[in-house]
Amino acid sequence: MDRRQFLKMAGLTSLISLGGFTTVELIRPGLLDASEPPAAAPGVKRLAMVIDVSKFRSEAAYKKSIEACHKIHNVPDFRNPKDEIKWLWTEKYENTFPGTEHPFVKDSVKEKPFLLMCNHCQYPPCVRVCPTKATYKREFDGLVAMDYHRCIGCRFCMAACPYGARSFNWRDPREVLKDERLDREFPTRTKGVVEKCNFCVERLAKDLIPACVEAQEGTGAMFFGDIDDPGSEVREVLRTNYTLRRKPGLGTQPNAYYIIGGV
Amino acid sequence: MKLYDGGKIITGLVIFVGLMLSPFILGMAKPGEKPDPKTDTPEIQEMEEKDRKCVEPKEFMRTSHMVFIDSWRDQALRDGDRVYENSEGKEIDISLQNTCMKCHSNKKKFCDECHNYMAVKPYCWDCHIVPEEKEGGV
Repeated sequence: MDRRQFLKMAGLTSLISLGGFTTVELIRPGLLDASEPPAAAPGVKRLAMVIDVSKFRSEAAYKKSIEACHKIHNVPDFRNPKDEIKWLWTEKYENTFPGTEHPFVKDSVKEKPFLLMCNHCQYPPCVRVCPTKATYKREFDGLVAMDYHRCIGCRFCMAACPYGARSFNWRDPREVLKDERLDREFPTRTKGVVEKCNFCVERLAKDLIPACVEAQEGTGAMFFGDIDDPGSEVREVLRTNYTLRRKPGLGTQPNAYYIIGGV
Repeated sequence: MKLYDGGKIITGLVIFVGLMLSPFILGMAKPGEKPDPKTDTPEIQEMEEKDRKCVEPKEFMRTSHMVFIDSWRDQALRDGDRVYENSEGKEIDISLQNTCMKCHSNKKKFCDECHNYMAVKPYCWDCHIVPEEKEGGV
C-alpha cells in the first residue's frame, strides 16, 4: 500500500465512523435511544407520588411506611446488605440527588433520610432493556409493572435503572418469610428473579391507595394520584410547593417528586 | 460360521435385553394408581348446592385449566383488568391464591394428584402460596 492509498483508506474509515450514528438512525430509527416514548393516548392516567420530606419527623415515621409495604408484599429481610431486597428504602441527600450536593449544604438536609422507591418513569430504561418483556409500562396508568413469571433474572433492568430501585433474589425469600412474616394474600417471589415497588397495583385494583401513603395518613407527608389530571391532589401539591425529581438530566421523567422546603 | 464364546455372548445379550425391558415389565406388573383428585374441601362443602361449581364448567376446567389461568395472568397483569366475567355472566376476581385456592384448599389432593401422575411440574408454588392443608371433608 502506498501513501496515497493509505490516506484514502484512512479518510474513508473516519468518514464511515463519523456517520455511524446517522447510518443506524437511517436504517433503524430509534435503535440507539436509551428509552422510547410511549404511544400518546388521550384520557389515560399517569400515577405519581409526591413526598414531603419535612413531614417525616423521625426514623419511626419512615419505618411505618417501609414496614407497611414490605409486610403486605412479602419482601424478605435477610439482615444482610448483600442479599437485601427493597421496595421502599431511605438514602441520604447526596445519594438521592447526586450532582446537587456541595460542601455547605444545610446540615438538616444533609443528614435527612429521603424515602425512595421505583419512580415509575415515563420513559423507563428498565423496560427498554428487558429481553423478555417481564418489565413493562402500563400505558393506561403509567405504572412500570413486572410479570415475575417471565423474569429470567438477567438483571439488565438493574443495570439500566439509574435509581437502584431493583433488587435481585439471590436467595429463596421463603427462607425468612415464615408464619406471621408471610402475607398469604400476596405471592412471594422466587430465587433468581428481580423485584421492585409496584405502586401497590393490587390495592389500586380495589380502589385503595398505596400502603406507604396510607401509613402516612393525616400527616400530609405523601400524596398519590393522577398527575395528568389538573384537578388532582398531587397537581395541587406540585403547584403550591417547590419540588425536585431524582436525576432529571437522564430524561427518564420519573414520577416521584420530593418537597424539600422546610427540612 | 462359528460363534466364538457363544455361551457368554448369548447370556450377555439375554441379560442386556432383560435389563432394558425391565422398566416396562415392572411397570406392567404395577400399573400406576389412577389419579383421583378431590374437591371435598371444607370450603366447598359449606357452599350451597347451586353455588358449588367452578368459574367455568368442570369439563372445560379439566382439559384447559392451564391455558385458562395463563389467560387470567395476562388479563390481570398486562391489561390491568382483574375481574373475569365467566360464561354465566358472573364476575370473578382474577387470583390463583385468592380465588382458585380459597375453594380448592387441598393442593395435595387437587393439584398434585394429577400433576404427579402426568409427571408435570408447574412452578406455580415457587411464588404463589399454598393454602394450609386441612383435613378433607367427607
